[in-house]
Amino acid sequence: MKTINVSQITQNIKEMCIEANHYLTPDMDCALKNAVNTEKSPLGKQILNQLQDNLQIAGEDMIPICQDTGMAVIFMEIGQDVHFEGGSLEDAINEGVRQGYVDGFLRKSVVKDPLLRENTKDNTPAIIHYEMTTGDNVTITVAPKGFGSENMSRVFMLKPADGIEGVKNAILTAVKDAGPNACPPMVVGVGIGGTFEKCALMAKKALTRPVDQHSDIPYVKQMEEELLDKINRTGIGPGGLGGTTTALAVNISTYPTHIAGLPVAVNICCHVNRHAVRTI
Amino acid sequence: MDKYIKVPLTDEDAKSLKAGDYVYITGTIYTARDAAHLRMYEALDRNEPLPIEMAHNIIYYMGPSPAREGRPIGSAGPTTASRMDKYAPRLLDLGLKGMIGKGKRNDAVKNAIVRNGAVYFAAVGGAGALLSKSITASEVVAYDDLGTEAIRKLEVEDFPVIVVIDAEGNNLYETAIKEYGGD
Repeated sequence: MKTINVSQITQNIKEMCIEANHYLTPDMDCALKNAVNTEKSPLGKQILNQLQDNLQIAGEDMIPICQDTGMAVIFMEIGQDVHFEGGSLEDAINEGVRQGYVDGFLRKSVVKDPLLRENTKDNTPAIIHYEMTTGDNVTITVAPKGFGSENMSRVFMLKPADGIEGVKNAILTAVKDAGPNACPPMVVGVGIGGTFEKCALMAKKALTRPVDQHSDIPYVKQMEEELLDKINRTGIGPGGLGGTTTALAVNISTYPTHIAGLPVAVNICCHVNRHAVRTI
Repeated sequence: MDKYIKVPLTDEDAKSLKAGDYVYITGTIYTARDAAHLRMYEALDRNEPLPIEMAHNIIYYMGPSPAREGRPIGSAGPTTASRMDKYAPRLLDLGLKGMIGKGKRNDAVKNAIVRNGAVYFAAVGGAGALLSKSITASEVVAYDDLGTEAIRKLEVEDFPVIVVIDAEGNNLYETAIKEYGGD
């Protein structure tokens, strides 16, 4: 049994909100650098170079990589031998988001009610997903999600008869419809199987998998490679202004599903695919 | 082709810009996004004056992150323009000459661009830190209560954009994709 005071969660989440909005993870950084060399369109190359300059300025001058510093999506993987003390875990998480967004000069982009639309002024509440694991560690992933790309995400409730080709078409349709709106080069998170909400959650979480890692299921890995190739032949390119770098990765997760269904979720992320991960 | 333009944007300058041109903008531009557009639209419905002049001006679809001390603005990249499609034709008919955003526009906006000899520019989405360096001053001029969505008057110097839809209705998003294999 490990006891963790929730103030430690607040402090970590605060720092992680700021970190994720100013620095990309090494795998994303590397993928964007490589893209500069492989892009065939001169304008596309110019845009990718601007993204390099942008990342440098963001880190050196502490200006958020993108002004849309997102809604804070937080994955909490909690070992079942952990005991929290010092107050409500959920309040502690939201307090971390509040402090990170206010003290870190991040944009407050959350409205209290989806239709009345009054800004909460501190970017809370976060979207929190809890997962119980074994052991006594807590792994926190903070993934601020911008809505330019979130708005272009889709859930398709396919039929089993649609099969693998139906799934591929659904993913390509989502990417083509997104086009320039999703700030390509994008990262495409996909969840296949489960239920309506399970596939969406898998798609979201797939975005936090390093872009240089594939699924360990052979046919899924093959699908990831094939789709990345097809997406990069759509011509959409950096900024949607034409080119050969439309996506940096397609990350697919799968889960058992019902005999009658084939749910597919496509969660698109822009090139500012942000996340910070810490284990306590 | 690289071009340098000044705002207010004259009819001649707007018409000289072609889809695909790389343009550096210098002068005064205004920010407005979803909430500010809704308020302007409602003001027009009530026959009230708009808080900013449309004629020959450029609206930047942008809501910045807060500025750190000593800086004019925080991160300042474009937001998705299609969310303003509902409102844009009416503003273009009032003389608005340019819009800066990212992403596709609908036919009503394209037609209003052609009808009024205006231009739709894209700035590079997700490059808000870099773009902030071309903004030398920022001041809220209307709807202060909207926070990041308030209307801001920006002074920009060589602010980099790309012409996506020109006054003749050419659309770079459509032509550029075809060039690199899109259908």
